[in-house]
Amino acid sequence: MEKTKEILNIEDLCISFEQYEKGLRRVELNVITNLSVNVGEGEIVAVVGSSGSGKSLLAHAVLGLLPKNANVRGRVSFRGELLTAERIRELRGKEICLVPQSVSYLDPLMKVGAQVRHSRGDEDSIKRQERLFGDYSLKQKTAGLYPFELSGGMARRILLASALMESPKLIIADEPTPGLDLPLAKKAMADFRSFADEGNGVLLITHDIELALEVADRIAVFYAGTTVEEALVSDFEREETLRHPYTKALWRAFPRRGFQALDGVQPYVKDMPAGCPFAPRCGLAGPECAGEIPLRAAAGGTVRCVRFSGGEEINGGKEAKSNEA
Amino acid sequence: MGIQIGKFIGVNIAKAVLLIIAISVVCFILVSASPVDPVRAYVGEVGMANMSQEALQQLNDYFGVNTPFWERYFNWLGDFVRGDMGQSLIYRQPVADVIGVKFINSMALMITAWIISGILGFILGIIAGMRRGSAADKLIKGYSLLLASTPSFWLALIMLMIFAVWLQWLPIGLSVPIGVDASEVSIFDTARHLILPALTLSVIGVANIALHTREKVIDVMEADYIVYARACGESTRQILKNHGLRNILLPAITLQFASFSEIFGGSVLVEQVFSYPGLGNAAVSAGLSGDVPMLLGIAVISAALVFTGNLIANILYGVIDPRIRRSMLHE
Amino acid sequence: MNDVHAVPVLQRAKKARFSLRKRTIAVLVLTVGFLLTITVAGVLCGDAAVTTDFTQKNFAPSFADPFGTDWLGRDMLARTLRGLSISIFIGLGASTVSAVIALILGTMAATLGSKVDAVITWLVDLLMGIPHLLLLILISFALGKGTVGVIVAVALSHWPSLTRVLRGEILQIKEEDYVKIARKMGQSRWQIAVKHILPHIFPQFLVGLILLFPHAILHEASITFLGFGLPPEQPGIGNILSESMSYLSMGMWWLAVFPGVALLLTVILFDTAGGNLRKLIDPFSAQD
Repeated sequence: MEKTKEILNIEDLCISFEQYEKGLRRVELNVITNLSVNVGEGEIVAVVGSSGSGKSLLAHAVLGLLPKNANVRGRVSFRGELLTAERIRELRGKEICLVPQSVSYLDPLMKVGAQVRHSRGDEDSIKRQERLFGDYSLKQKTAGLYPFELSGGMARRILLASALMESPKLIIADEPTPGLDLPLAKKAMADFRSFADEGNGVLLITHDIELALEVADRIAVFYAGTTVEEALVSDFEREETLRHPYTKALWRAFPRRGFQALDGVQPYVKDMPAGCPFAPRCGLAGPECAGEIPLRAAAGGTVRCVRFSGGEEINGGKEAKSNEA
Repeated sequence: MGIQIGKFIGVNIAKAVLLIIAISVVCFILVSASPVDPVRAYVGEVGMANMSQEALQQLNDYFGVNTPFWERYFNWLGDFVRGDMGQSLIYRQPVADVIGVKFINSMALMITAWIISGILGFILGIIAGMRRGSAADKLIKGYSLLLASTPSFWLALIMLMIFAVWLQWLPIGLSVPIGVDASEVSIFDTARHLILPALTLSVIGVANIALHTREKVIDVMEADYIVYARACGESTRQILKNHGLRNILLPAITLQFASFSEIFGGSVLVEQVFSYPGLGNAAVSAGLSGDVPMLLGIAVISAALVFTGNLIANILYGVIDPRIRRSMLHE
Repeated sequence: MNDVHAVPVLQRAKKARFSLRKRTIAVLVLTVGFLLTITVAGVLCGDAAVTTDFTQKNFAPSFADPFGTDWLGRDMLARTLRGLSISIFIGLGASTVSAVIALILGTMAATLGSKVDAVITWLVDLLMGIPHLLLLILISFALGKGTVGVIVAVALSHWPSLTRVLRGEILQIKEEDYVKIARKMGQSRWQIAVKHILPHIFPQFLVGLILLFPHAILHEASITFLGFGLPPEQPGIGNILSESMSYLSMGMWWLAVFPGVALLLTVILFDTAGGNLRKLIDPFSAQD
């Protein structure tokens, strides 16, 4: 595989929330632990996980949008530059744009045209916004509507247009397709593809693995707050090329592969098992799964499983750092 | 669209009128239940002893002492609608005339305080909410909580003591200097007598609006659309300008219009302390000396004032908030 | 050079300085204790509040007379304490009555169907349409002023806002699954109200009741100050402050300052007690 230039590299991202339970006891909830994923130039990388597993937090963490009671640790680098909280604030909206999850991310008291233009009223902005509306088959008079007057699909397209208003290097799309009919979803995905082909990157966060397999170059499988495997889309053609037992279970659950649903549910953040979070549902689990699970690189992907033999252990951020020069 | 808004306003006005009529019934029941004899209150003990039987009968008829309740009520209501609120017992003038003068005095006081407390409270609330947890926030929150617990008449007493007694900067009471004919009073004099009561009312009124605005700012700043604006690279200042104000201002204005009842209550106490000749002061004198027509007149007028405030708040919401305005249009 | 292996921190959770449960309880106990002390002291000081002593007139505050004495030589500390304890008794009694009215009307509005709801909502709107202080004056006037007048006025005028809150609260509970199931299982409206709804709104009711106290106390003092409440011979705070007005121009500031501060303090103590109780009962409201 040829080495592409890296746009976004996330290593060992950990997010926890400090919360107060009944009786004002303070607890720390670890919602994302040791998550690693990277996006190269020209790539669409999909982070796939089931609904409600906290994938959105990943997008918010990269953009520094988490609420004040969050702890965020981890190495996030953008085009080789290790990011600080200040640097993130400078980049967001310019180099990195977000396509948010729902219409609630639009100001309810502002007309959507102005929102897509990010409150700018100059001629260039208006022209660009009108062109984007045309691209997404939105009537020009839609600009004068308020968010509550939009259908689900229209709202989606507004949010997409809003991200493409700038010329970012990276788009982080958080569940961008629900509510879109198939042609529009395909159009949105084709836009992401051509955006990526211009040498940019897309981090696509979704629960829809079929969609991800269709447009993405690589898939990061998200389970209970961490990525258990990063695989090329081509790895999903056969079960044997997949690395993690959870990914294999997902593969077996595909409609066209016989719909073998996996028993049990994802552990809730409060009773997360030590070591591998998938161990309680895994047929291969053993006592060593409760210990530290190192990340291993193998055949163009990565995996976090002690049962996986082969590949080499990745030692923290060292490798990424040395590649940079 | 115009028709819809017209209908919306019409329905609201009709509801308000119905409630005001109901309020007048309640007030009428309350004043009728009073053991205070209106005739006795009108002529006084000595007058009662010296009055002829016919004159007494005449007065009894005038005040409807022996007429049934509903008849008396509808007589009163009929007169009221025609602008005749009866004869004030203590001012010996038509109630409508007395209220006319007092109303203007009270409005000058209340509107001044209303505007000052509204603007100041809004600004303080935004500062506190945007810098939640900072020293400024704690100071503003502490001030507001303290003032919310302060009896307004006591604050008025303290103001009076500091500015009128100790510093002697401002007059102690009466909006017209004693011995000066009301027509000769300059606007400057009136304004001077307005300062302390208005200041007291403003200082108290700030607390409520500041606390509410602060809460609203905190709410709004955690909303998804603010998170997204931040993701689009907007600075805190831009966010406040582009999204914050439009989402905070409407509830604040609504709250301020809906606070007429409290401002009126505050003005009753403050007018009493500063002997300011407004509606509140007149209501207290009327209540203390059994001036029933006066008390009724003020009760209905003040209820109308409260409903006007609520009505404006409702209409503002309907007209300014696109969610309500457009849904009326699509109906 | 920085260590490249150190994992950078991108965001550190802001430590919300929540008062812990223990501290909340401590504050609650302290405020309640303080209020009890004031009440008991006011009762115990007996006649000292009304005893005149012309050898001790117009004393400014000193160690012997911390609050000073008035123009009749009455001890202002004793008068203030007595006034506060009267206010607290009236406040407690009247707001309890008001809260019970609110509980009954709120439950009726939310459970007995749309017609009852419309009537009660309308009644709430009606009473909220009259400026509160004027309503107090009118009720007190109807009852010929005096102590009974002020108690009834405060008791009859404070229920509308709490009724609204409780009604909303109950409407929400009615949407909960366990209530819907109970209804499907054929329990009557009354059974559901008593068995499932009342226990759940009791905490809200209690907090609402305690937060009514400060309002009741302030309003009692206000209408007494205006002359509609306690008779002049009773040392209510409203009377004390009203009388003090004639002596302010003579520089007797202590007549107004100390009783007022004491009233303010009492109101704040009640507010604090209510707020802390709310924190204990409903920690989510305590997020600030």
